[in-house]
Amino acid sequence: MTALSLPRTPGRTGRTAELALLVLAVVLAALGYTAVQISVTGSPSGGTFSYALGLGVLYGAAHLAVRRFAPYADPVILPCVGLLNGLGLVMIRRLDLASAESARQQGKVIPRADAPLQMVWTVIGVVAFIALLAVVRDHTRLTRYAYTCAAAGLLLLMLPAVPGVGATINGARLWIRVGPMTVQPSEVAKVLLMVFFAAFLVAKRDVLSLASRRVVGLDLPRARDLGPVLAAWAFSILVLVRENDLGSSLLFFGIFVGMLYIATERTSWLLIGLAMFLGSSFAAYHVFAHVQARVDTWLNPFAYSSGNGYQLVQGFFGMGTGGIFGTGLGEGSPGTVPYAKTDFIVAAIGEELGLVGVMAVLMLFLIVVARGLRAAVGCRDSFGKLLAGGLAFSLALQVFVIVGGVTGLIPLTGVTLPFLSYGGSSVVTNYVLVALLLRVSDAGRRPAPAPVSPAAARAQLADAPTTVVRR
Amino acid sequence: MGSALVVAVLKYGLLALLWVFVLLAFRTIRADFSGKSPAVPTPVASTATKSVKQPKPQRRKGVPRRLVVTEGSLQGTTLTLGDAPVTLGRAHDSTLVLTDDYASNKHARLVPTADGWTLEDLGSTNGTYCDTGRGSAKVTRPTAVPAGSVIRIGKTVLELRS
Repeated sequence: MTALSLPRTPGRTGRTAELALLVLAVVLAALGYTAVQISVTGSPSGGTFSYALGLGVLYGAAHLAVRRFAPYADPVILPCVGLLNGLGLVMIRRLDLASAESARQQGKVIPRADAPLQMVWTVIGVVAFIALLAVVRDHTRLTRYAYTCAAAGLLLLMLPAVPGVGATINGARLWIRVGPMTVQPSEVAKVLLMVFFAAFLVAKRDVLSLASRRVVGLDLPRARDLGPVLAAWAFSILVLVRENDLGSSLLFFGIFVGMLYIATERTSWLLIGLAMFLGSSFAAYHVFAHVQARVDTWLNPFAYSSGNGYQLVQGFFGMGTGGIFGTGLGEGSPGTVPYAKTDFIVAAIGEELGLVGVMAVLMLFLIVVARGLRAAVGCRDSFGKLLAGGLAFSLALQVFVIVGGVTGLIPLTGVTLPFLSYGGSSVVTNYVLVALLLRVSDAGRRPAPAPVSPAAARAQLADAPTTVVRR
Repeated sequence: MGSALVVAVLKYGLLALLWVFVLLAFRTIRADFSGKSPAVPTPVASTATKSVKQPKPQRRKGVPRRLVVTEGSLQGTTLTLGDAPVTLGRAHDSTLVLTDDYASNKHARLVPTADGWTLEDLGSTNGTYCDTGRGSAKVTRPTAVPAGSVIRIGKTVLELRS
């Protein structure tokens, strides 16, 4: 009798391919670093070697952790993430050099370099990645902590609004002060809330997808089942009003509606979500001056090129200068765009690596998202499916929101570009997110245990002592 | 200008290598996909004359020896068909106990006959559907099920394989 799912030989786990791709990622990052050094300082300095060594050790550790704790996990997610992070570090380093140069010319104090700090955050992120893989051996266990996650997530989201703890930076109140650093808790809250959403929707999905009335060819859910989506909507509005944070508000609502759709396979949820989004956007436009300013800047950036639109217009100029192949690393002047290290890092990449480079970066994100969705399809339990689907979708939405904002496709809202942007909370959270994806993908790709014939199972059962079955 | 040349080589080399990485990643995925496919061999019997006719449903199909659950909560379960009838349903004494909210307690039965197996619906609430190669149809009376037939009960899909 041939087994149903052919047990794959150990060579098929793809770990070797992962290692090879990781090595290539480190080589690429080191090459980028060298290019920056040569263009800016004129000679390749010793920093390149220690940078490459540092990245190599970090990714090597992550790879060994995957080999040890999730041997069947997807082989391309980690290398893509590693390359994105490495490129981000190179870009931040390059922008550090640019701001140091301009400060020197103006005779000002040279600002603190951000790249070393980002490297520290990367280390913390990889440690968190390894810890999660080591601790969470079975993702379904997370369902037990669903409501704990929800409470922690909500608390973290609300924390910046608390006077004394919260800090307002650039008009948005989404940071908290922890000692000398500022942390953005909404990033962490995002992952926690997604774990909760997944567990909650798995428990409730039958009600949400089956009970319905049919109106004009569309299955509308019952009014009382709208509760959760209304709550998510009200909550995202609250975040918007209290913390002035358009980006997080948009992300949260989008993620919830997306997961609702994945859970129920019902188009009506998308339409309802879209209607609520459009309605609240319209209202926000008329109520909040800063929303109105954002939209006006988006529609007509050059009219505000010396005011609100300065950043956007400088980003456009940067990307325009870059053209197809870019100016080359270190050859452009991406430092003129305000916040080039965080929100506008795409503009900096567009200027120095050109359209070809930006496309490659987007492809890397695409691969990670596609493999995340593939993990969701391959996973056997609904919680894992929903969790992986939600995580992958959130990553895609975040990339769309910020890249769309910088390129002028949609109004600009400040969210980080995962792994590339400067920002500790973002890097650490996204490493945790990737660890969860790998955990789910490992569960899905693990070969099924050899089917036991009913007779053998019965024989085993007859011999087995009575045990307490934990569910 | 040696330095300009180095810069140019680095610039285009970096971009090229970026795309090499992307392509290699895609290659890994492709290999993964081909390794992943269940690879169920569909034995195309070369008995019929290779005429211009479309392959009509083969008359002589093998006698099924296995019952495989391909969809639903029991996915992956395999049952070897012997001489005894197989009952399908949620009742605990069924041969295959279905954990499917849309299945009845005593849902359907597979009975061995002289030349194969026969599927019978046992008056289930939601019906049994069977595709013996001519499209899915509700089972209203005992139906002969050759190997390759697909049976659907609620959200569970079973396949008879030789």
